[in-house]
Amino acid sequence: MTAETAVHAAHEVAHGAADAAQHGHGPETPAQYIVHHLGHLTDGMFNYDTFIFSLLAGLVVVWVLGLAARNATVGVPGRFQALIEILVEWVEDQSKQIVHGDRSFIAPLALTVFLWVVFMNTLDLLPLDMLPMFGQAAGIEYLRVVPTADLNCTLGMALGVLTLMLYYSFKIKGAGGFMHELFCAPFGSHPLLWPANLLLNIIEFVAKTVSLGMRLFGNMYAGELIFMLIALLGATATWWGFALHVLTGSAWAIFHILIVLLQAFIFMMLTLVYIGQAHEHH
Amino acid sequence: MNLNATLVAQFVVFFVLAWFTMTFVWPPLMRALDERARKIADGLAAADRGQQALKDAEVRFAAIEAEARQNAQAILAETEARAATYLEQQRKAAEAEGVRLVEQAKVEIAQEVQRARDALRSEVAALAVAGARQILEREIDPAQHAELLSRLEASL
Repeated sequence: MTAETAVHAAHEVAHGAADAAQHGHGPETPAQYIVHHLGHLTDGMFNYDTFIFSLLAGLVVVWVLGLAARNATVGVPGRFQALIEILVEWVEDQSKQIVHGDRSFIAPLALTVFLWVVFMNTLDLLPLDMLPMFGQAAGIEYLRVVPTADLNCTLGMALGVLTLMLYYSFKIKGAGGFMHELFCAPFGSHPLLWPANLLLNIIEFVAKTVSLGMRLFGNMYAGELIFMLIALLGATATWWGFALHVLTGSAWAIFHILIVLLQAFIFMMLTLVYIGQAHEHH
Repeated sequence: MNLNATLVAQFVVFFVLAWFTMTFVWPPLMRALDERARKIADGLAAADRGQQALKDAEVRFAAIEAEARQNAQAILAETEARAATYLEQQRKAAEAEGVRLVEQAKVEIAQEVQRARDALRSEVAALAVAGARQILEREIDPAQHAELLSRLEASL
């Protein structure tokens, strides 16, 4: 199931079951179960669960990297330091190949983005109902744990990348150079081509931003949804349902390790590529 | 639809995932990290060994240099001493030679004096005999007066 179809299916389910999804406990229909799991801890304007869990994941990243930096030794590294060193060197390597220019901010940014997305995605591997159960015990009706399965989070990050693309475009090329590029690339500098150039460039920036946010969101949302569907097997409270749940759930969880890292890697690489493109003159 | 049943299954899945990670993901990762640490440790140890070797070489070099300097000093001192001894010997030999030459010259002079004295003496004897012959107007037979003549000669 691709990300897009998964998103689509989820929305259909959500719409179909919207009437059935009532607050309250007791036996739920499968549709209610899924709709319940897709509900945010929100006041309609602000998804507190996404904010809190992304903030926690970010704090964990800061804490881990800070710990590594504080305890860094020039001698033989321990396992923890070696792991961080490998990560840092790897990100530094990637950024060096992609971004040609001052990388004193961009390389650490890429490392932070990668680890942050990894930690946020990893929340998907926790038992689906565990944290919502604690939440319900604390009186919180709706709780979605995985921030990257919320479009607000991923598009927010993508907007951050867009801001950096624009910032570096201005910084590297200057306002005049950037304007020239907006109006004269890719078709040519003839005044009649200016509108077409500008339009295409705007579309390009929007497409980059939206695809960056949607890709991560779609993958994580689809993964979360499949976990929910698998959870329905266990919810049948039969032996075959239990066995199928454990079997498919394990397979999907193990496969999800790959997705967690891969999507974080893709997000980081595209961040670097987009910022790198802002460094290049056309 | 039973939340408790699926929650149990979810926890089983979670532990399967944990087992999988522990069995298949963790060990290679740890191996890679240990390998890296080992390589770094080896590199650092090699660097330390290199530094130590350099230090040892420097110490050895210093020792060799000091020894060479000492040897040179000793050779110099010995040479000087030998030269002094040689000079002393030469001086003594020259002095001795000088003394010997002086002695020889003295002896030669003494001999020469003796010889001259002897010649003078025989000449005086002959002169005395010739004088006496003229006074006596006759021949003096050397054979007859040999004893007289030799006594005269000895008394001169």
